[in-house]
Amino acid sequence: MRAASCSRKGICISMIEAAPSSAEAAEPVADRAGRLLRGLAERLGGRDAGGGPILPARSIAGRALVLVIAIMTFLAGLTAGAVHLVADASADWSGALAREITLQIRPVPGRDIEADVRLAADLAGRTRGVEAVRVFARSEGEKLLEPWLGAGLDLSELPVPRLVVLKLAAGAAPDFTRLKADLAERVPNAGLDDHRLWLGRLKTMADTAVLIGLAILALVLTATGLAVAFATRGAMAGTAQIIDVLHLVGAEDSYIAGQFQRHFLRLGLRGAAVGGVLAILFYLMFSLSAQHFATTPGAEQVEALFGRFSLPAAGYLSVAAIGLVVSAVTAIVSRMTVYRTLSGQE
Amino acid sequence: MQPDVEHAAPSTGEEALSELVRFENVGLRYGIGAEILRDVNFSIHSHSFQFLTGPSGAGKTTLLRLILQTLRPTRGRVRLFGQNVAGLSKGELAHLRRRMGIVFQDFRLLDHLTTYENVALPLVVQGREEASYRAEVIELLRWVGLGDRMHVPPVILSGGEKQRAAIARALIAQPALLLADEPTGNVDPSLARRLLRLFIELNRTGTAVVIATHDLPLMDLVDARRLVLAEGHLHIYD
Repeated sequence: MRAASCSRKGICISMIEAAPSSAEAAEPVADRAGRLLRGLAERLGGRDAGGGPILPARSIAGRALVLVIAIMTFLAGLTAGAVHLVADASADWSGALAREITLQIRPVPGRDIEADVRLAADLAGRTRGVEAVRVFARSEGEKLLEPWLGAGLDLSELPVPRLVVLKLAAGAAPDFTRLKADLAERVPNAGLDDHRLWLGRLKTMADTAVLIGLAILALVLTATGLAVAFATRGAMAGTAQIIDVLHLVGAEDSYIAGQFQRHFLRLGLRGAAVGGVLAILFYLMFSLSAQHFATTPGAEQVEALFGRFSLPAAGYLSVAAIGLVVSAVTAIVSRMTVYRTLSGQE
Repeated sequence: MQPDVEHAAPSTGEEALSELVRFENVGLRYGIGAEILRDVNFSIHSHSFQFLTGPSGAGKTTLLRLILQTLRPTRGRVRLFGQNVAGLSKGELAHLRRRMGIVFQDFRLLDHLTTYENVALPLVVQGREEASYRAEVIELLRWVGLGDRMHVPPVILSGGEKQRAAIARALIAQPALLLADEPTGNVDPSLARRLLRLFIELNRTGTAVVIATHDLPLMDLVDARRLVLAEGHLHIYD
């Protein structure tokens, strides 16, 4: 029991029963310093009186929300990666096809096909924007038929058309009207295939796939936002007394909203990190297994059509960016939800 | 009155007493029910000490909430620290609340924070850095006798310790007005008297004090102004 205790304001009271000051006075300096250091370490470990969490982490169904955010980030990451794969494959197809034009010269009785091939190649070579002209030899053309007709056949009696492939200069948009007119006049058995029909279809398909992917991304982010909004409302209901006390000690709505935002940002970052890492691991494993099976004939055909199932660096960056976006959505939605809820209260 | 009656801070007349709270014809009803408070008129001046009393359910807590502006009156005018609160934003009201301290019967300490963190809370929400208030909080905790209970959560404190922690939290921001809602309701008579003396000491340092209580023997220990609520009306006994 202490006789009296005085504050720096000059108030002396003697009614307080507990006698900590006498105990403190008797406490050796070393023990006291040790106790203070322990207290400091305790606070630095997340119990900082000033910066410590005002909202109790355990009272909020944080673990469930982390799981939801992880799943959403994983799905969004897969979608972002898929969009990258499709967009890259589409760009490859378009690039390759758009820079190649094929002339097909059909054998016609009474015409010298070799002369027609030379003439067609000459006309094409003089067209502006054509970088190179390559005439496929008869044997090369026959080789192209091997997958369908088999090897070792004598195709000399068959009217196999001859091919001339034109390589276009990068960025060039040649006008083939003149070439078509010249061919019609001088090599009427030649046909010009600029792959536009295929290109158009492929582009439409790829664009649709990308749009669907973006729509799925938007839906996943919306669902994440809604889940966070519900979780925030639940958290507010569970911490109503804390919010009340905060208001009574002079906290503004922005301070309370900031506390919820910090809390949910932490949850969002944790969930997004788990989901994002899983999505990146998925694509890494996918890429490794694609490399493993790349030597099979089926894989070669698939690769010819779809490119390599390997996410580029930009794809991995997109998955990481999705994680950051999901975390940001989590923080922003929780802040907005708290603001709206508090502004609805008196 | 009992012979060992205490005296609150005397008004010498030399100090310029400012009006901290002023209610003019204030009425309050919930929804379409009858008015709980009717034509309430009173003022609270700086350095003053008063009891707010009345039977249970008379509206003591409601009146305190009106002072704190966590409730808005359905009619009448409330002025806090010279400002009409009717036109104030929520942010401005929050700043006014920082000039008031509140102590509850049920303490309302946050169980996931330590005693130290609970007491520091009003300063934390003001955005102050811990380095600027740490010594202040420790000193106040020692002053209320909780120097060795700083780093424990409220759940392991006794009722008296919790109440002292709640009082420390109400005082840490050095409020001009301290409101206490049944502060002795959950403690034994002996501790109730000691807490009352603590409030008197606070009042002597210049803090205006309003203690809501229906504990008549406790009130008889102090010669102070009484605001008595009965049937929705407020009667003042200076």
